[in-house]
This record gives sequence, structure tokens and C-alpha cells, in this order.
Amino acid sequence: MNFVTETVAWLIDPANWVGAGGIPTRLVQHLLFTLVTLVLAAVIAVPIGFLIGHTGRGRGLAVATSGAFRAIPTLGLLTLVALWVGIGLNAPYVALTVLAIPPILAGAYTGFEAIDRKIIDAARAVGMSEAQIVLKVELPLGLPLLIGGLRSATLQVVATATLAAYVADFGLGRYLFEGLRIRDYGEMLGGSILVILLAIVLEGVFALAQKLVVPRGVTAGLPTDIRDGSSRSRPAMESTIKEGTSHVRNE
Amino acid sequence: MIEFHSVTKRFPDGTLAVDDFSLVLPSHKITVFVGTSGSGKTTLLRMINRMVDPTSGSIEIDGADIGTLEPVKLRRGIGYVMQNSGLLPHRRVIDNVATVPMLRGMPKKKARDEALHLLDTVGLDRSLANRYPSQLSGGQQQRVGVARGLAVNPNILLMDEPFGAVDPIVRAELQQELLRLQQELGKTVVFVTHDIDEAFLLGDQVVILRTGGKVAQVGSPAEILANPIDEFVATFVGADRGKRSLHLENHGDGDIVVDETGRLAGVLVGERSSAGSESKAGPRGPGASAQGGDSR
Ligand SMILES: Nc1ncnc2c1ncn2[C@@H]1O[C@H](COP(=O)(O)OP(=O)(O)OP(=O)(O)O)[C@@H](O)[C@H]1O
Ligand SMILES: [Mg+2]
Repeated sequence: MNFVTETVAWLIDPANWVGAGGIPTRLVQHLLFTLVTLVLAAVIAVPIGFLIGHTGRGRGLAVATSGAFRAIPTLGLLTLVALWVGIGLNAPYVALTVLAIPPILAGAYTGFEAIDRKIIDAARAVGMSEAQIVLKVELPLGLPLLIGGLRSATLQVVATATLAAYVADFGLGRYLFEGLRIRDYGEMLGGSILVILLAIVLEGVFALAQKLVVPRGVTAGLPTDIRDGSSRSRPAMESTIKEGTSHVRNE
Repeated sequence: MIEFHSVTKRFPDGTLAVDDFSLVLPSHKITVFVGTSGSGKTTLLRMINRMVDPTSGSIEIDGADIGTLEPVKLRRGIGYVMQNSGLLPHRRVIDNVATVPMLRGMPKKKARDEALHLLDTVGLDRSLANRYPSQLSGGQQQRVGVARGLAVNPNILLMDEPFGAVDPIVRAELQQELLRLQQELGKTVVFVTHDIDEAFLLGDQVVILRTGGKVAQVGSPAEILANPIDEFVATFVGADRGKRSLHLENHGDGDIVVDETGRLAGVLVGERSSAGSESKAGPRGPGASAQGGDSR
């Protein structure tokens, strides 16, 4: 049997689709793990990113810190934290949150930075408080780039979450580690395909979300200064995503 | 009434934008700050709503030192209209106009109702209410900007080159509209422009500034035109080039008004006065009546 038939056989084997170690259970585990990690990272990164974007201060520090975070090998960090807090899910949560913070942070502050300064100045001049400027102007206008940051973070986390199985009996990564141990390449490849499919589905969801959150007034109408403002933001978004993908390749 | 008392503004980078500026801006009148780029007009204007705080000196509105007022609250009571309208791109026209009243706690429905009336006031069709700013022409956006500035029914209206980015025909239209509105509403308007013709057309009081926020001359358009205080002002108002000394030429069908360089300045409408063909015309640009005086 070659890899392909082995993989197909593994994927369609009904025994693999039931029970605690079955594909549906592990898929849900993997997905929930990814979501929780993203929420944790977002809770940390979004407020900091908004603060940086709103005040225009601390950007250099954020870039440097993000760079440092990105340079940390996730497997190394995972092992280190696991040695410290023990086997279980805590270590993967920490390691992957660290992984997810930089793209979300970048998405949050580049989203704010891409907004035409005149719009914010005008909002302040008519009497919006700083909090109102953040919530009613910067947040809606910066949301597409923030979602872009979340999107690239998700992609990294969903792929790298396979490492959680290194320290816990958890998620789709289990198939990879187990397959590797018992030399069952069908299981390894099958597990990988499931991870890839999950990543593609999440990509689709985020791509859609990103389209939906672009404010109507920004896409509508004639090409004006306002339109220029949004098209200027596009390169910024691409760079966020590219940085993200290159990181996945590092793993 | 707005009073500047020895106001100086030096920006952190050392730029002296306004230097020891003192002036009274009378209520219910239009005061125009005019000067070349970098003469501190915008800085002066933005000190009135505390978008910029003076380095020294003080500003009073109706006797109250604005330095003691909370900036956000102060700004919500002052209309602000800027170049390129500064509208929120993600909000519909009507919501842009209703923004500040709603910030001040007005219920949404009432704010929107009033916003519709304001669209009438500034001469915009109500059918535009549900459009986004990017779906309007520059002139229409500017009108929305004025409507938003008027939305809280402020006593003071600050306008920073509000008509700078529209073509001359629309600009002339908007200028007339502003004069009509002002006759109705009688706001204390502070208007910034670098166009001397606009300044003379709109201003009850015109303040000519030179670089570094120094006042060159203050007065009514007539006073400044009749007696430019120095060469700088004379050059600025164009008096030295003969742009402002107009005379009549008869062209068979009627009289046309020509400046000293021979350029067409307008036509004579109404009765020709007995003063003869060298009658002095008012400071109205091309296309305006040469009847002179304060025809508005
Ligand atoms: N935030 C700032 N920081 C430093 N310098 C500033 C700042 N704002 C304005 N200036 C400087 O202050 C001077 C006056 O600027 P201001 O914007 O008031 O000029 P203006 O008369 O409105 O010019 P324009 O006609 O070009 O709008 C300029 O030299 C400008 O460079
Ligand atoms: Mg200016």
C-alpha cells in the first residue's frame, strides 16, 4: 500500500470516527483550543494595539517586542513551559498565545494607523471624547485590518496547535505524533489533511468576515479621498499576513 | 464675543505660530483671518475650541476664560467646519449631522429629524440623507459639513478654509449661501481663508496676518481697501497692482468694469452714477456688481 491509499483507508475507517480518540472529538478539541488561544491573545493584544494606534506611542517598542516574540521557537517555549508547569494543556495555551499575539497586535494598531488623520482630528474637533473616538471612529474603520491580524493568527495557531499533542493527549496533532511513533504514515498524513482542511475552512470564514466588516461608506460611492484612505491600508494588511505566513514556515 | 489677550503659541518644535495676538471678535459678526500659508490662521482658529492651547495669554468667550473649561464640553458647543468636510466616512449623511447632538444626549429620532431640517437649511436635498459622504460631490460634502457645524445650534461657528477644495462656481455659490444663512442665524463666525477676495466678501471684520502670526491690519473690508496700512497689506489686497482700482469702459451695449491692467472685472448693473466713468467699485471679484459699497 502506498501513502495515498493508506491515508484514504485511515480516513474512511469507521473505527477512527468514534470514541474519545475519534476524529470528531479531536477536531472539536483542536478547534476549541484554537478559539480559546485566540481569545486569550486578543484580550492581551487588542487593547494594547488600540492604545498604540490611538496614541501613536509605543509603536517601536511593540514592533521590537513582537519581533522578539516571533523569534521564539514555539516548540522550545512549549517544552520549557511544560517543564515548569507540567504536562497538560497549560503549556500549549501559553506557547500558542505567545505565537498569536504579534499578528493580532499588528492588526490592531495598523488598523488605527491607516485611518486618515483628518477624520480623527475632525471627530475630536466636533467634541468626541478620546474613548468615543476609539469606539465610534477608529474601531469601525480599523476593524478590517484587525480581522486580518486575527486571520493570520488563526492560521498559525490552528497549524501549530498540533504541538499541543506533544505534551497532552489532545487535538489533531495526536494523530501526527502517534503515527510517527508507530510508523503509521496513513494516520500521520490523514491527521495532517484534517488540520489543513480545518485551516482552509477557518480561512474562508475570516475572508468572509473581513469583507463584511468593511464599513459600507468606505466601499460605497465615488473614488474620493476617503477611498484613497482605505486603499492605502491594503498594503499594510498584506504585510501583516505575509509576516504571519512566513512564521508558519519557520515551524 | 471672543477675546484674544496677548496670545502666543510656540509649538514644541520651536515654531512660533502666533505671536502676542490680541483681538476682539464681535458677536453675530463674521471675522475672517486671512494670510499666506503658515501665517497661523488655523492655529488661531483651533485655539478657540482648545484643539490647540496657547503657550501664553488667554482667550475668553463672553467673558469666560476657556482655559478653565473642559475641552470636550467646550467643543460640543462650538460648530466646526473644515476643508474636505471631515465627515465620518462610515456614517450616513444624516448620522454625520446628528453625531454631536446625540453625543450631547439627544434621542436618536429627534436628532435625525433635526438633521433633516438642517439639510434643508444648507440647501441639500433630503434624498441625500441616506448616502455616505463618499457618494457626494465635494460641494455637497461641504454643505453637510456646514450642517453638522450648525447641528448643536452653536453661538460660535469656526470655519477653516471650508470652501478651499471646491471649484470657483461652487465656491461662489457656497459663499452666497453662507451670507444668506448668516443673515438668518447671526452666528459669531470665525472664518479662515487665504483668498483675499473671499475675505472681503464675507468678512465684517478682516484680520490680515503675516507669517509668524503677526497682525498686519485689522478692519472692515472698506477700511483696509481705502487705507492699506503698509506695503505688505497693499500687496496682499492687490491694491498696488491696480487690481482694485476699477474703471468703466463703454462697449456699445453697456458698461463693463475693467481694472488697471485692462482685465475684465465685471459689468455695471443698474443706474450709472453721475460721478463719471472713474467711479470706484467695491471689492467684489469678477462677475460681481460694480455698484460698490456694501451691496449685500
Ligand atoms: N502641530 C504643529 N506642530 C508644529 N508646528 C506646527 C503645528 N501646527 C502648525 N505648525 C506651524 O505653525 C505655523 C502656522 O501654522 P498654521 O497651520 O496655523 O498656518 P495656516 O495659516 O493655517 O496655514 P495654511 O494656509 O497653510 O493652512 C506653521 O509654520 C506650521 O508649520
Ligand atoms: Mg490652515
